[in-house]
Amino acid sequence: MREITYSEAVREALSQEMRKNDDVFILGEDIGVYGGAFGVTRGMIEEFGPDRIRNTPISESGIAGAAVGSALTGMRPIAELQFSDFITIALDQMANQAAKIRYMYGGKGKVPMVLRTPSGSGTGAAAQHSQSLEAWVAHVPGLKVVQPSTGYDAKGLLKAAIDDDNPVIFYEHKTLYGTKSDVPEEQYSIPLGQADIKREGTDVTIVAYAVMVPRALEAAKELEKEGISVEVVDPRTLVPLDKETIVKSVSKTGRVVVAHEAVKRGGYGGEIASMIAESDAFDFLDAPIKRLGGAESPIPYNPELEKAHVPQVPDMIKAVKETLNKA
Amino acid sequence: MTKDVTLVPDVSQDKLVDLYKQMWVIRFFDEKVDEFFAKGMIHGTTHLAVGQEASAAGACALLDNEDKITSTHRGHGHCIAKGATPDKMMAELFGRTTGYCKGKGGSMHIADIDIGNLGANGIVAGGIPLAVGSALTAKMKKHDYVTVCFFGDGATNEGSFHEAVNLASIWDLPVIFVCENNLYGMSGNVNEMTNVKNIADRAAAYGIQGAVADGNDIVDMMNKTNDAVDRARNGEGPSLIEAKTYRWKGHSKSDAKKYRTREEENEWKAKDPIKRFREVLIEADILTEEKAEEIRKAAKKEIEDAVEFAENSPMPTEDDLLTDVYA
Ligand SMILES: Cc1ncc(C[n+]2csc(CCOP(=O)(O)OP(=O)(O)O)c2C)c(N)n1
Repeated sequence: MREITYSEAVREALSQEMRKNDDVFILGEDIGVYGGAFGVTRGMIEEFGPDRIRNTPISESGIAGAAVGSALTGMRPIAELQFSDFITIALDQMANQAAKIRYMYGGKGKVPMVLRTPSGSGTGAAAQHSQSLEAWVAHVPGLKVVQPSTGYDAKGLLKAAIDDDNPVIFYEHKTLYGTKSDVPEEQYSIPLGQADIKREGTDVTIVAYAVMVPRALEAAKELEKEGISVEVVDPRTLVPLDKETIVKSVSKTGRVVVAHEAVKRGGYGGEIASMIAESDAFDFLDAPIKRLGGAESPIPYNPELEKAHVPQVPDMIKAVKETLNKA
Repeated sequence: MTKDVTLVPDVSQDKLVDLYKQMWVIRFFDEKVDEFFAKGMIHGTTHLAVGQEASAAGACALLDNEDKITSTHRGHGHCIAKGATPDKMMAELFGRTTGYCKGKGGSMHIADIDIGNLGANGIVAGGIPLAVGSALTAKMKKHDYVTVCFFGDGATNEGSFHEAVNLASIWDLPVIFVCENNLYGMSGNVNEMTNVKNIADRAAAYGIQGAVADGNDIVDMMNKTNDAVDRARNGEGPSLIEAKTYRWKGHSKSDAKKYRTREEENEWKAKDPIKRFREVLIEADILTEEKAEEIRKAAKKEIEDAVEFAENSPMPTEDDLLTDVYA
């Protein structure tokens, strides 16, 4: 199969959907000739023109709100925010409008939009450009939240997100954009709410999403050398969450490490851990559930400190061993 | 032998010479950063203000340490103009503990509250409401400092610009909004992103003073901002000064500049604000060619010393990760 980058996979999904359906269009800052802050929409304005690759002023609230309004009236907009940190500015439109409209209107109307945005640290962009705020949006009923870790998943999940009749926050990880994976050229869809077992194992489950997935896989490889068999479960979508796959895996292994890049305190890992504790998997647990997350500080600029802020492969290895020693 | 000329009321000839040097310091600082960035010696992201030296230096010319500024992602020049020393700035970009933010902030977050620099900002328009708050303090505590608020043309399309200017207007605050209109917000041309001829025209919508300055002419910049500073000190409320200027470099490192032409760049480079000021100073017999050259060399040396200071400064350690989160 053909190998392409994560960012090419996203672009392919966008282009295929736009070719198929005239209602789909993209709006955002610098998405035209510039090709977007991370180059995802590069070249698209040549094919689709400035009406459908709609360059906006720097106005995140306006971008999100215009997407909500146009979605409510028959379009299928895809809004791009240059950095997911700026969701703070768009949040009123997403949390108070997009998420609630259908419910408040008694099931009348729908908001079929996608808000795409790069999240995470690792580029030295410091505290205002490196956050992982997915727990904020995952907390709001009415929004769906996607976090693909591979190009293959990104393409299939983005198609599903665009097809979905609800507002979807679609996180792309900025350090994954350049990573390559096998991605079929034809259209395919990955249902929202379906986790993927990225690696099978028997001793410990690592539940990880976004950039934590490649790190978990690397940790698993290392641990295998010591005879420890790690299963890596990537939920891929946080809302809806595929509880069943996670519970099944933890019931099998009896041990679990939940890892994300976002600050641990109040992070989505707490939700996953509680869900496991409340489930049938509880009876199978041989050790306390372990959570790995970002430090309780803003993301620092200095590269070494930035790395220290976020769980790395050695942290995962250590966490896995700790759950094993707590048998 | 100097002629008895007054280019700007209240600004001495010595001060004008200082400002000439300061513009070179700003220029050399950013050119050095550009070079180091390309070599991978500075990580993260940086936004250079080469070509915009006159607006930073001119707007801050009459400010003292009590006066405040807020700055932007493109803030190195503002920082220097407000009295920051290049050594601690360079150390910050190198991620060292001796930097203005102890290596935790990087280029986009340089602040020096002791001398009235309330900080660069990674959020477009993020500093504008802060400036209004600073001016509110001055009014409520009857301090006589003024606050100069820098931002780009692109920032004026954010809601926070409009909300902040409106507040400053209804509360009659001592704040000077300085819009550096360099024609682009990343790739977005100001004429495509706003429907007014001048950003300064927007002042009328808030009932405040607006003025257009030649942002590449430090004398014009000083005259216009100094009037606004006087008005602010006299309790006559806020002003909006638009400095028409141009950034010579791309938005940031990954900018292919496809949204503009080489001719346009050359046209603006011919309006080099430093060269223009030099001619004015020589014409007025305030400087000779020889003296001007000496000053330029001294500025260059200052940057070389700054690099040396930065390179010899220590890196933070992991223990620093969790310090300074709370006061
Ligand atoms: C809220 C927000 N939106 C988008 C960005 C990304 N961004 C950084 S600088 C910039 C352009 C800003 O243009 P302008 O205000 O004109 O300032 P200039 O870069 O021209 O100095 C953009 C879009 C950001 N940092 N913050």
